[in-house]
Amino acid sequence: MSILDVKNLNVSYDSCHAIKGISFKVDKGEVVSLIGANGAGKTTTLKALSGVIPSTGMITLKGQDLTRVPAHQRAPMGLCQSPEGRGVFPLMSVFENLEMGAYFRSDKAEIKKDIEKCYGLFPRLAERRSQLAGTLSGGEQQMVAISRALMGRPEVLLLDEPSLGLAPRVVAQIFEIVQKVNQEGMTVLLVEQNARMALKISHRAYVLETGLISLEGSGAELLNNDDVRRSYLGI
Amino acid sequence: MQDFVQHLINGTSLGSIYALIALGYTMVYGILQLINFAHSDVYMMGAFSAYYLAMFMGLQNSPGVATLASLLAAAMIGCSLLGLAIERFAYRPLRKAPKLNILITAIGVSLLLQYSAQIIFGADPKVFPKVLEDSVLIDFGAVQLKSLDVAVLIVTVIMMLALNFLIFKTKIGKAMRAVSQNMTVASMMGVNVDRVISFTFVVGSSLAGVGAVLVGMKYPKIDPLMGTFIGIKGFVAAVLGGIGSLPGAVLGGLLMGLSEEMVVAYLSSTYRDALAFGLLIIILIFRPSGLLGKKGVEKV
Repeated sequence: MSILDVKNLNVSYDSCHAIKGISFKVDKGEVVSLIGANGAGKTTTLKALSGVIPSTGMITLKGQDLTRVPAHQRAPMGLCQSPEGRGVFPLMSVFENLEMGAYFRSDKAEIKKDIEKCYGLFPRLAERRSQLAGTLSGGEQQMVAISRALMGRPEVLLLDEPSLGLAPRVVAQIFEIVQKVNQEGMTVLLVEQNARMALKISHRAYVLETGLISLEGSGAELLNNDDVRRSYLGI
Repeated sequence: MQDFVQHLINGTSLGSIYALIALGYTMVYGILQLINFAHSDVYMMGAFSAYYLAMFMGLQNSPGVATLASLLAAAMIGCSLLGLAIERFAYRPLRKAPKLNILITAIGVSLLLQYSAQIIFGADPKVFPKVLEDSVLIDFGAVQLKSLDVAVLIVTVIMMLALNFLIFKTKIGKAMRAVSQNMTVASMMGVNVDRVISFTFVVGSSLAGVGAVLVGMKYPKIDPLMGTFIGIKGFVAAVLGGIGSLPGAVLGGLLMGLSEEMVVAYLSSTYRDALAFGLLIIILIFRPSGLLGKKGVEKV
């Protein structure tokens, strides 16, 4: 049984039907990507999963129905997100940002261990632990955002465009870490415009086009699909 | 010179009261980007809460620290409940509405409180109970350290230390900072944003309650419109210091109190209230985001 099951998800902004009844699932231990162009509805889908925008349809996490659960109760249930544009708390230190990721947890000793684990994944953050997150470079902020989401010990880690605005070398480094975290057992739902990077590390992927899923398949299948190659890989 | 030291003491005492009021404006602004115009009337209601508690318990004429403590408690509780109710019923339904709607609502709540208070309490001024004996604690000849000023300073310093502890050392304080920096992401981290906003109103309103008791103690005459002017000055103090910044509110309050005292002492008391705005205009010309305010630049 899949760990995250989304059925007939619909999201509407004022007059725009942004997500038109999409369904997808994520199995335990997978990296699943949603790829698509600007405005296809990728970020909207993740926001709906986190509950920060209203949606209709059915979101099931480990058999629990999340549809009516308010946003702040979804992280404790196992959906932690690294949002688009990173969304670090700019006036908090790196350390405090990581602590915020574990806000709903009360196991202090374990939180400390997890913070050390994040510093292990991103040694850069250890160096900058007491620096204000707003003063970090984009890549470092992305590391903070991913670590902060990991601090919630999610069932499914939601990553929204971790490559956004970063230098290729930093992007490669971040995808390497995502893959490593996945190999250690973390389930990942990844939203990306950088289709090539995303598909390379994905077990499965969905192509989102103006609010609808137009294609799905394994990462390798989609990398070799002619439509995908033409539309998203520029080949 | 001795006069100057005396004015310094008086001005600091007055300024620390402005600072308490300014903190309430700045905290709510920091989280909701809303100028809570009803804050000054919450302050007024604090004075009346304390007044009626004193009537009820027969404390009108029994000055002492116990009286001060119970009046502070009454005003803080009264203001908290009122602040909580205002947020819940007036502002929360408009959370997603344009900022202008909620601003106009704030002005409406302010008027509602002022006129309700006139109907309920009567428009005539009332004599605030005697909270502390106004004695001279230390007399340096020309400079006197009076018990009321000392009490004002002690109470405000305690409140500011407590606020600092709350915001930087507790979990709810960290949640408040998170919500003020990025509300959506805070809710993704499991922060119950509604509860944090309510709590912010409780804290800001209680500080107004403290301010009300301290003012009542120094100038023992209260009436339903008493919030108007001190509210404007608290607001100006908050903007002066950089709205959204807590140290800014304290600095702004002290500056306002000190300069007001100095103007009255060395120029003319006619200019007392003109000063607040003069100061505001001058500082905003040179530092548009206030003395300690955040600059509008954000790294993307």
